[in-house]
Amino acid sequence: MPRKLSRRAFAAGAAAASATFRFAPAIAQAAPFRIGLLTVKTGPLAQGGIQMEQGIAAFLKEKGNTLAGRKVELISADTGGNPAGAKTKAQELIERDKVNVILGPLAAFELLAILDYVRDKETPLISEAAAEDVTQRKANPFIIRPSSTSAQCCHAIADFAAKELKYKRAATISEDFAFGYEQMSGFQRVFEDEGGKVVKKLWPPLVTPDYTPYIAQIGNVDCVFNGFAGSNPVKFMRSYADLGLKGKIALLAGWTAMDDALLKSLGDEAIGVVSAHWYSADFDSPSNKRLVAALEKDYKVLPGGYAAGMYIAGQCVEAAIEKLGGKSDDRKALAEALHQVSLTDTPRGTVKFDHLGNVVGDVFIRKCERKNGQLVNTVVKRYPNVSQFWTYDEKAFLANPVYARDYPPAKNLE
Amino acid sequence: MTLWLTLAVNSIAFGGLLFLLSAGFSLIFGLMRIPNLMHGSFFMLGAYFGVTLLAVGANFWVAALASAVGMAIVGGGIERLLLRRLAGQELAQVLLTLGLSFIVSDLCLMIWTGDPWQPLAPAELRGIVQAGGMIFPLYRLAVVVIAVVVAVALWLMVDWTRLGAMIRAGVDDAPIARVVGIRVSRLFTLVFALGAALAGFAGVIGAPILSVYPGLDADMLPLALIVVILGGTGSLLGALVGSFLIGFLYNFGQARFPDLAYVILFLPMLLVLVLRPQGLFGKSGA
Amino acid sequence: MSAPGMTGVTVPRAAAVGIALVGLATVPLWVGNSYYVDVASQILLFAVFALALNVLVGYGGLVSLGHAGLFAVSGYTAGLMLQAGHGHAVADLAAVLVTLAASAVFAVLALRSTGIGFLMITLALGQILWGIAYRWADLTNGDNGVNISTRPAPFGISLADAPSFYYATLAVFFLALATMAAFVRSPFGASLRGTRDQARRMTALGYNVWLIRFLAFLFSGFWSGIAGLLYVYNKQFISPQVAALQSSAEVLLMVISGGTATLLGPIAGAAIVVIMKYVVSAYVVRWNLVLGVIFVAIISFMPEGLVPGSVRLWRRLRAPRPAGKPGAPP
Repeated sequence: MPRKLSRRAFAAGAAAASATFRFAPAIAQAAPFRIGLLTVKTGPLAQGGIQMEQGIAAFLKEKGNTLAGRKVELISADTGGNPAGAKTKAQELIERDKVNVILGPLAAFELLAILDYVRDKETPLISEAAAEDVTQRKANPFIIRPSSTSAQCCHAIADFAAKELKYKRAATISEDFAFGYEQMSGFQRVFEDEGGKVVKKLWPPLVTPDYTPYIAQIGNVDCVFNGFAGSNPVKFMRSYADLGLKGKIALLAGWTAMDDALLKSLGDEAIGVVSAHWYSADFDSPSNKRLVAALEKDYKVLPGGYAAGMYIAGQCVEAAIEKLGGKSDDRKALAEALHQVSLTDTPRGTVKFDHLGNVVGDVFIRKCERKNGQLVNTVVKRYPNVSQFWTYDEKAFLANPVYARDYPPAKNLE
Repeated sequence: MTLWLTLAVNSIAFGGLLFLLSAGFSLIFGLMRIPNLMHGSFFMLGAYFGVTLLAVGANFWVAALASAVGMAIVGGGIERLLLRRLAGQELAQVLLTLGLSFIVSDLCLMIWTGDPWQPLAPAELRGIVQAGGMIFPLYRLAVVVIAVVVAVALWLMVDWTRLGAMIRAGVDDAPIARVVGIRVSRLFTLVFALGAALAGFAGVIGAPILSVYPGLDADMLPLALIVVILGGTGSLLGALVGSFLIGFLYNFGQARFPDLAYVILFLPMLLVLVLRPQGLFGKSGA
Repeated sequence: MSAPGMTGVTVPRAAAVGIALVGLATVPLWVGNSYYVDVASQILLFAVFALALNVLVGYGGLVSLGHAGLFAVSGYTAGLMLQAGHGHAVADLAAVLVTLAASAVFAVLALRSTGIGFLMITLALGQILWGIAYRWADLTNGDNGVNISTRPAPFGISLADAPSFYYATLAVFFLALATMAAFVRSPFGASLRGTRDQARRMTALGYNVWLIRFLAFLFSGFWSGIAGLLYVYNKQFISPQVAALQSSAEVLLMVISGGTATLLGPIAGAAIVVIMKYVVSAYVVRWNLVLGVIFVAIISFMPEGLVPGSVRLWRRLRAPRPAGKPGAPP
């Protein structure tokens, strides 16, 4: 016989729940400037997410939590590394915590999930995530991106591979999702425009316990370009070396695949790998020296793109607040001011934004080697002022579809 | 030609690793009738534990065995303190393991942070093997040998020792085993601990190949599930055959049908469950 | 004071129900912030999902670890139809039909077994759907997910803001609850419980056990699909994670923690999990850990679930110890 007392328990439960809901933080006047951070602290992408937090925390600590005279508060939210979580946390930051600006998110698919929402709520966002169209065909006046688009660095390394390393035949391998497609397509386009041929394209799933079946298909090429992210690069490079390809076929890498933060998890298999990145831990600028020292001291880690991206985001916020003075609470004005930011001393060099909100900055080509027993990525070439469109005309670029798995079509596959 | 040869050899190698992962799962499922949803957690926790020992200079094999012992203690403790309270309620036990897997997952992230760790293979096995134009790492072949050794050891234990006889009795008919005087609940603790130990050992053995990272538990558990369902629960031979089958399906499937990667792995499991639920080698009427 | 009358309704119970109803109906008024109103909507839609799953788990004795697949199929169908340019009515209808078809397929395959076998088959089916969502990018857009740009406007009322959406969700929730209550009290509900408790006897009595379970699966699938629609309109986004094993596990945990075989248990469970997941995570960094601990605790000490378990503890605290009577029943 069902216990009808359970309804009483339910009412009690509802009352208890209401007590938690009653929490509605009062917003004081002249409140501190609030920065919301969308990061990932759980799951496979956690490593990058933790670094993002470290980067912005280091910046704020350096500035004593005061930017341009205004007190600043950082509110960190864990999206879990998935779009639904990103949406929920974005809502939390915007509606409950009433942040002035959002930093992050980490992953492209998270960014795509909150694009429209951020625009509807008129909240500026400084992205770490790639995802080309966010600053191209789906440009959003509230978003700027000081890191890079997916392909921004890949154009550069394709140029380097074709012109300076004189490779003719390439294979590409990356995870089977948008970030992978966009990177590989960018590489393919420039590589083939400069006389090379991409003869093989491999797409292992994001979760692949063992890369051997893919590596075995690489075939006869001069170089392999990989764009792995998260913890996959470590596994991939080890398998690559184990199967005897290291030293036989040159390995090229995108920025997530040879991020400086990964160096401590890597071994000899990484030596000789040439990568393109918009940040290098050994870049010689005063702000970068401070960033590297701070992360070494507080967390005993070397900064990579995730930490640097958020540090630079902090610098952009500071510049914008400085420019707006008392009006920095006006979000629309803040978004506009962010677009106008132009910095010279950042961990990556000069930073300014094109009219669609994406950064125009330097891209570094690095080669991994061992110095004093430690692995380092030594800069061998610098491409100054690289835009998201490379050397292509912007209108023509935008008239094409966004980089995708089959665009540009691969005509030289064997 | 080299492609197929590499894939074939890798299938066997991967199958070896899968067996190490799944043997414990099969035993637990067979005897306790529960899919241990924290099996991946033991694999990952054991791997992290072993990798930490390696980082302070321990010998590879010592680290692997120490990991096994560590996981046995953890597993035995969990069975004795938590699972036994729910004796007879299999559903609750399964969910308990699920809840515990969440806990272990976060604990590992807290202790070892988000960085991936990939130790090198033990020094004596770091070479490569060349045959038929194919280059293959020696360590992966060694894993197959290890798997076979473990399989033989387990088979000897199950078929030739008194303990094994008790386990087989428990798998066949637990209530009657109790009637005959076999301490089935103590057996449960032992088998759960053994399963955890095997998983932890497998985690360390697999670390040079798979690396250790947050999310490893969720990546490995479905594979163990598939192998054991395919091969039949409670059957070591089934786990062995299932492991190599899945090793082949995985390698050739990924190479030929990458779009259907997951379907290829789960479809056979589904077919077996629907057409022959006891698996290829399991006992019917479970 | 708590002695039930002949009709089973007493003043305190009616008052409790009344308070709960009024409370639910006025949430947007006494909850401070549109963010929390949105969380309330999510609690309600997951409550519908948990109720749907409980039809099988609690009343049918069939534990499924693949229901997130059905939830996701509904959301994806609606999302893809909307993207293809169809209107909300057409998209929603299609979603429901596709979910029913998927439920039928699930049922036919899974009902070949019971117990752990049923669990494994539903797990495999859920994984297959997840794999399709994840890898068949041409169809589902893979990891990038599907965006839904607008919410429906039934009878011209816009659901774009949180309170409106909440009321729409509340209406659907009450409808679901009503059908669940009707189902539980109906002969069909009784026969389903019969198949749970004594399947062989039911067969001997001439009931078609398979058909009963099959229909229950469709009923469960239907409401899972409705919950999926609510979800995709709430978030205006869907991605493969929704179909993953973790999602199936979470809804199962909602059911189990709240208590199976009661109507209010799954609702309580949904509230616990959603509140934990989104609200507490702001204050506690390791929410996964906390979630795991709570579930282990509930399963270990209140395995019948939070609602029946709390009732048991409450009564144990209130009941006077009878003198000399050994082993007072819990």
